[in-house]
Amino acid sequence: MSEVKKIATRESYGNALVEIGKEHEDLVVLDADLAAATKTNIFQKAFPKRHIDCGIAECDMMGIAAGLSLTGKVPFASSFAMFAAGRAFEQVRNSIGYPKLNVKIGATHAGISVGEDGATHQCNEDIALMRSIPGMVIINPSDDIEARAAVKAAYEYKGPVYMRFGRLAVPVINDNSDYKFEWGKGVTLKEGNDITIIATGLEVSYAIEAAKLLEADGINARVINIHTIKPIDEDIIVKAAKETKKIFTVEEHSIIGGLGSAVCDVVCEKAPTSVYKIGVRDRFGESGPALELIHKYKLDAEGIYEQIKANL
Amino acid sequence: MDKMNLQKTANEIRKHIVSSLHAAKCGHPGGSLSAADIITYLYYNEMNVDPANPDKMDRDRFVLSKGHVAPALYSALALKGFFPEEELLKLRKTGAMLQGHPDMKHTPGVDMSAGSLGQGVSVAVGMALSAKMSNEDYRVYTLLGDGEIQEGQVWEAAMFAGHRKLDNLVVIVDNNGLQIDGDIDNVCSPYPIADKFKAFNFHVITIDGHDFDAIDAAFNEARETKGMPTAIIAKTVKGKGVSFMENQASWHGAAPNDEQYEVAMADLEKVGEALCQK
Repeated sequence: MSEVKKIATRESYGNALVEIGKEHEDLVVLDADLAAATKTNIFQKAFPKRHIDCGIAECDMMGIAAGLSLTGKVPFASSFAMFAAGRAFEQVRNSIGYPKLNVKIGATHAGISVGEDGATHQCNEDIALMRSIPGMVIINPSDDIEARAAVKAAYEYKGPVYMRFGRLAVPVINDNSDYKFEWGKGVTLKEGNDITIIATGLEVSYAIEAAKLLEADGINARVINIHTIKPIDEDIIVKAAKETKKIFTVEEHSIIGGLGSAVCDVVCEKAPTSVYKIGVRDRFGESGPALELIHKYKLDAEGIYEQIKANL
Repeated sequence: MDKMNLQKTANEIRKHIVSSLHAAKCGHPGGSLSAADIITYLYYNEMNVDPANPDKMDRDRFVLSKGHVAPALYSALALKGFFPEEELLKLRKTGAMLQGHPDMKHTPGVDMSAGSLGQGVSVAVGMALSAKMSNEDYRVYTLLGDGEIQEGQVWEAAMFAGHRKLDNLVVIVDNNGLQIDGDIDNVCSPYPIADKFKAFNFHVITIDGHDFDAIDAAFNEARETKGMPTAIIAKTVKGKGVSFMENQASWHGAAPNDEQYEVAMADLEKVGEALCQK
């Protein structure tokens, strides 16, 4: 068996910016002294004049991005999720969201998979924050293929978009010829009629593995990848709620306000169903190698399997 | 427009400010009145804008970072013909075009939604940077309050503007000396303001913000200044033109009642009559 290719989605972000930047002169990239980490340095190398380093000033960066968008540019403002969605929340809300400006936010280093840097830099709240802003689109891609497609779709869309990327190299799972990124559409990766696992971001590949473990126990799990958290694909969720007995959501994010909450919002209104949220359970992260933390927080295949078995 | 007509126009704008806030029964007269002369000059003598084509790409841009003085901006825009003057009396009402703070989505001529203090200046910096990146020659203006510059984001933006030598950017500080909680130098002093902007690599001009000769000279000097952004520190009087509002922090965010409205309008009528007799 050949080894699975792994790429961090932040790397996909940097590469996609170069690809799109080649065709579109109006694409500009902003960073706040993290170009090497967010991988916008790949773009910086290719298009130095269109890369704007704002220094360590994320709030100012969001405002500058707003100003650039008002004068015909398509800015991609980049930082860690903690600072893009956290520190600069109000700038994103008032200077980008409220006037509905065409600003794209590339947030890397989301979740506990930041690893050793620890809790101050592990943002498990960004989806919750961004979901609360009217009109904000949120994309959390599962792998390199999806991430690059998402960046392209974000460029083509007119309006604010929040893109969530990770630091950790993750398996490429969408490497098939019929892959197509459809804005706002969930993807059924495995059919099943007992339960449904709805996952997002790097948890999608773990969810697929967890479904295999459940299969061995005779539990037939449907697996759905939600890359667009807002606007969310209501149809695919309602269908799963009606056709399977229980929904498990899986995300590398707080269970408060993230994918799990978004799914609950849909099923509460349209198809009341029991939902169990797998994620970071109302706590801060900590230092440690990313894979060890993902295991410790029961967010790997084994942890997901255990939590599903315990809450069927 | 000559000095006399600028003064007359500014006085008309002040009347609209008082009328619209009286109709709204809430809002921010003090800073609106202190900024009225600067805003009059910007819209009548300085900026390349066209009421018939408010979104034209080569226009100069204005970001009202101290967005709570929206009535001053709205009055200037209405007088210029961006929208009918009747809208001014619907200020802050449910469903009205004129929101409590500027809303670019609904008001022609408003270049940016602003009002959460400290944010507009960064947007103005982004606009100025954009012009430099694509070799366009429009200019960008932003008006800040002297209390507003307590916000750290103002200095993030100033550092960037100085670093990038954005000489197409003019930052104006409406230095009326008062904020909601009192004198700015008692609350948390931002002084020395001029020295701060100098330290952030700005060309700094300090003027009487109610003297149109000084305002004219300052904006011309800013236009001639190359290689660095300009900060104009405009010394102003909060509540300027309305006797009982002048230099009173309590008139930062309170609307005149019917009786006060009559006094305020009489004050401004007197100013207008005096100008006509000159």
